[in-house]
Formats: sequence, structure tokens, C-alpha cells
Amino acid sequence: MTESWGRYPQARHAAEVRLNWRAGLTLPVVGPMLPYGQGRSYGDSCLNDGGKLLRTAGLDRFISFDAESGSLRCEAGVTLGEILRLLVPRGFFVPVVPGTKHVSVGGAIANDIHGKNHHRAGSFGAHVRKLELLRSDGEAQELGPDDQLFQATVGGLGLTGLITWAEIALRRIPVAAVRMEAIPFAGMDEFLSLSEESDAEFEYTVAWVDVLSRLQRGVFFRGDHAAGAIHAPRGQAAVPLDVPAVNALTVRVFNAAYYAAQKLAGRSRLQHWDPFFFPLDGVAHWNRLYGRRGLLQFQCVVPTPEALRALLSEAPPSPLTVLKRFGPARSPGMLSFPRPGFTFALDLPNRGEETFAQLARLEALAMEAGGAIYPAKDARMSAETFARSFPRLGEFSAHLDPAFSSSFWRRVHR
Amino acid sequence: MLGATSAIAQAAARIWAERGEQLLLVGRDPQTVVHDLDRDQAGLVGRVGAPDVVLLAQGVFGDASRRDRDPEYAESILRTNLISPVRLLTLLAPALPPGSCIAALSSVAGDRGRARVGVYGASKAGLDSFLSALRQRLQGSGVRVLALKPGFVDTPMTASLPKTPLFASAAQVGRGIVRAVDMGRDAVVYLPWWWRLIMLAVKALPEGVFKRLKF
Repeated sequence: MTESWGRYPQARHAAEVRLNWRAGLTLPVVGPMLPYGQGRSYGDSCLNDGGKLLRTAGLDRFISFDAESGSLRCEAGVTLGEILRLLVPRGFFVPVVPGTKHVSVGGAIANDIHGKNHHRAGSFGAHVRKLELLRSDGEAQELGPDDQLFQATVGGLGLTGLITWAEIALRRIPVAAVRMEAIPFAGMDEFLSLSEESDAEFEYTVAWVDVLSRLQRGVFFRGDHAAGAIHAPRGQAAVPLDVPAVNALTVRVFNAAYYAAQKLAGRSRLQHWDPFFFPLDGVAHWNRLYGRRGLLQFQCVVPTPEALRALLSEAPPSPLTVLKRFGPARSPGMLSFPRPGFTFALDLPNRGEETFAQLARLEALAMEAGGAIYPAKDARMSAETFARSFPRLGEFSAHLDPAFSSSFWRRVHR
Repeated sequence: MLGATSAIAQAAARIWAERGEQLLLVGRDPQTVVHDLDRDQAGLVGRVGAPDVVLLAQGVFGDASRRDRDPEYAESILRTNLISPVRLLTLLAPALPPGSCIAALSSVAGDRGRARVGVYGASKAGLDSFLSALRQRLQGSGVRVLALKPGFVDTPMTASLPKTPLFASAAQVGRGIVRAVDMGRDAVVYLPWWWRLIMLAVKALPEGVFKRLKF
């Protein structure tokens, strides 16, 4: 069964069409269809209940690379991990990476993803120079950042057509190492001042916080690509089956242990890029730890520190509560999520109504503050919240491909 | 690499490419013709030069109902799966240097004819027989001949089949091919290896029982 990463909601698809070759590619005659890459969005934005999925994993070829300019052209099903494996040894890095390297280029564009360097680099879409979009009428269009349809496609949740290939500007890095610091903190004031100080000096910053601790203690991570010899990471672990391991007790124990471990590990260390950027990729199928009913992610952005404080005081316990200050960069997509302010993310095991009620409170706080909720991580926001989160929704809708749709879109669009 | 658009061939090609090997890809993509084999097969020998490995991977499974009713269609499957391999390997064999290796994708379907595979199975049985003869013939010249026999593989060729736990990924089979070539095998190689046991059992069934089966 094809799922999203959160495994909620479940969907039944009328057909899953595997795309294999860019040349001579034809789309199904009858929709609704939706591109599906690696299924790493959490909710229903990569699902199309009752409709068709266009599986892009077979579109996984590199097309060209210019080592002078760092410009890479590849098919949309190539994952960021595959790009890194090929090009880190040659001194290049993907300009923006999310918390997992197992996302496709098409998915990174369609969700206009962000990373720990948002304050410097903006979102992924800002580094896309060109892309080809195949529409259901059979027309393939080459688009650049100045095209309206490009701006609709970046962050467009796969609803404007199928991205077949894209050209991305990679950045140069010295070696595979990252010099990172893990700084324990307590309370929002310390987080804010660490953000202020670190964003000016460091390329990558993010904070983990333990909302169960009275002091709101956490760990602030910051890092830069750095020179130094470093070994490739350890082997992979995997969660072989559904083990509902995340509950109030395990979260409390995990959070205390994680905090202690980070404190013990020392403030400054040299780390391989893989565990620095993608710590959770070390455990395959970690989503199974949330049991068969799956998990609900919540991520929002709010403009002010006060709104962030309010969210934190309402936040239910989660092993993965993450904070980051977004920079001033303007995101290129009409439906791009990143915008100036503070972003806050957590995930919760799906316990039905109780969980939905907790998330509804967070949603209300985010809306009150004039914030936005991230579609890639959502399975439940209201149509009203979606419209308030994305003021350019009307403009975007004009660019929809009539044969494309998703479970998410049907849920939030009235 | 003959039949280079095969998903299994691509998987092996990626491993070899990553090692920095030089690849010559031969396939049927009308949009990117560099050299037309229909017009000039002999020219292939010159282009190939002295390869370390010839991977032969062309093959079509065919639409089951058409395969069983349309003689032209049945013949076209034989042409792709058997006649073209025989032609190309006959052409290339004398040009192969000692120490090189022919690795040809056959199938477990060639081990015993079954209704479900029809002429596809026959084409692979013919290919097996040809490869066996070639292996003997080239023994003296130091050229190895590998008959690769994957079981069910999740590729575009099997897109219409329901997926069972017996299915392997193309990447897995690609790794198996590279390993068999690296290990210097000169024999019939099942991918994954346990298909050898399954097919032994299938071949051991008495015909009176076998003909009633529906797998």
C-alpha cells in the first residue's frame, strides 16, 4: 500500500503508473493524477485517494553537470541523497537540504522545502534555474524563475503538472566534514539570543527543545562546512515492524537522554555531513515507531517570538520538537511555506480525537498570530487555515492542471 | 551492453559506471540512434573493440493473450529474445579477447515450459541451449559465458504481474550480475540463488503432474 511518511491518512489509488523514461513520456488520459516521488511528505499532499499516482522513482537519471558553474540537470525522481553521493566527493553540496536525504528533486521543488540554512540560502526553489513541466494536454514546457507557471510549480504540491527534469545550482564545499556546535539552553530568551548570534555567523542552525522540561531546555545546533578529515557514517539500523513505542513515558525518557547525550558529547565537534544533516536517516522506517495508526506532524511559521512562546506553552510532549528562525529571503513559489519568522515543528503519535484537538489548538494559535501551516506536513488543517496561510492561493489556482489533484487539495480547497 | 534500456541492465550499468568503467550502450531507442544495427551489424565489432564484458539483456515478455493467438507476434518475441542474441553473440564471439566474459540475461522461465510464459519461456530455453554450446566452444579461448537466470524481478517488463514476496528488485539483480562477473563465474547463475532450488523442484515434477498445474 502506498503511504505518506506519517501513514495517516490511508488512501486507495485507482492506479499507480510507473514512469521510466523521460523520452516519449505520456500521461494517463484520464485523471485525477498526482506525481509521487519518495512519499516523504507526512500527510495527504502526496496521496490521491481514488485517483492515480504517477510514480517518478524510475525517472532517476542525471542529465548533465557543469563543474565550472555547479549547475546540475537531472530527472525529477533523482533523490538528494543520490546527488550528494555523486557530487560530495567532487566538492559540491545541495544548496538546501531538508531533514532527510531521501526526497526526490521533484518533491523538493513541489514543496519548496527548506533547511537549516534558510536564513542564508532561502528555500530550495530559489536554487532551481530551470525545469520542464509536462501538462496533461501533452505539452512539455521549459520554465524559468520569471515564468508565472514556474512560480506556481515551485511549492505547487504537484498540482500544476509533472516535473520531468530540473536544473539546480549546487554550491561548492571544501570537504565532507561539518564543524558543528551543540549548545544546551534553557528557555526562549536563550533560544532567541542564540538564534540572533548564530544566524549571523553560521550557515546551518536549528534547535531541538524538550517541552516536558519546566525550563524548556533544549539544544541549539549550529554548523558550517569545514576542512578536516572525517569518516563516512556508521551502518544503517532499521525498524522492522510497527512498534508503537512513542508515548508519554518514552518521550520523557528519550528527551532527558537526548539532552544529556548532547551535553556529554561536547560543545564543538567535527562531524560527517550525513549524520549532521540527516540524523534520522540512520534509522530506516523510523515512522513505524509510531505504530500502525501513524503519526501527525505539525509545522507552522509565526512572525513573532511572542507567538512562538505561546505555541511552546501549548505544545504536547513530542520527541521531535524543533525550532528555527527563518531568514528574510522571499520564497519563489506562490504557495511557498517559508517566510520571515519562527518555524516550529513537532510530531505526535496518532491517538485520534485527542491528538486532533491538540493540533487544532496549535493551529488556532498560529492563525491568531498571522502565521501559516506547512502543507507537506499536514493531514488536517481546515480550508480556511489553508487560505489564510497562503494569500496567493487565488493566483495559484489559475495555473492548476485540470487533470491533476490530490487528497490534500480536495480537502483544503473549496 | 546489448539491450541497455532493460531495467536490470541499467542497474548493472550504474554499478560499473560508478567504478569508472567505460560502457558502450546498445539499445532500441529510436530517438538517440548513433549506429543502426539493422543496417550494419558488422560495424558493431569495430565499435565494441576488445571488451571485458558483454552484457546481453534484450528481451520482451509479451502480452499473454496476444502471444498465444497471434503467430506474427509470437515470432517477434523469438526474434528479440533468441534470434537477435544468437546473431549478435555469433558476431561478437570471435572478437572477444581471452579473459573476457559474455553475461547473458536468460530467465528461470527457460527451465521448463509453462502456459503462463508461453513462447517467452521457449525463447529463453533456446537461449540457454545456445549459451551452453557457446560456453563449451569458447572454453579454449578463455572467454567465459554466464547464463543469468533471474526469477521474478520488479521491472517495467513485469508491470502487469501482481507483486509477490518472490519478486526481487532490479537493483538487487544488477548487483548479483556484477558479483557473478567479478567472481569469475562461468556457468548458469540463478538470481537470487534460491531460484536454483525452486527450479530443481519444478523440473523434477513428473509431466503427468506438471501439466495439470496452474502456476
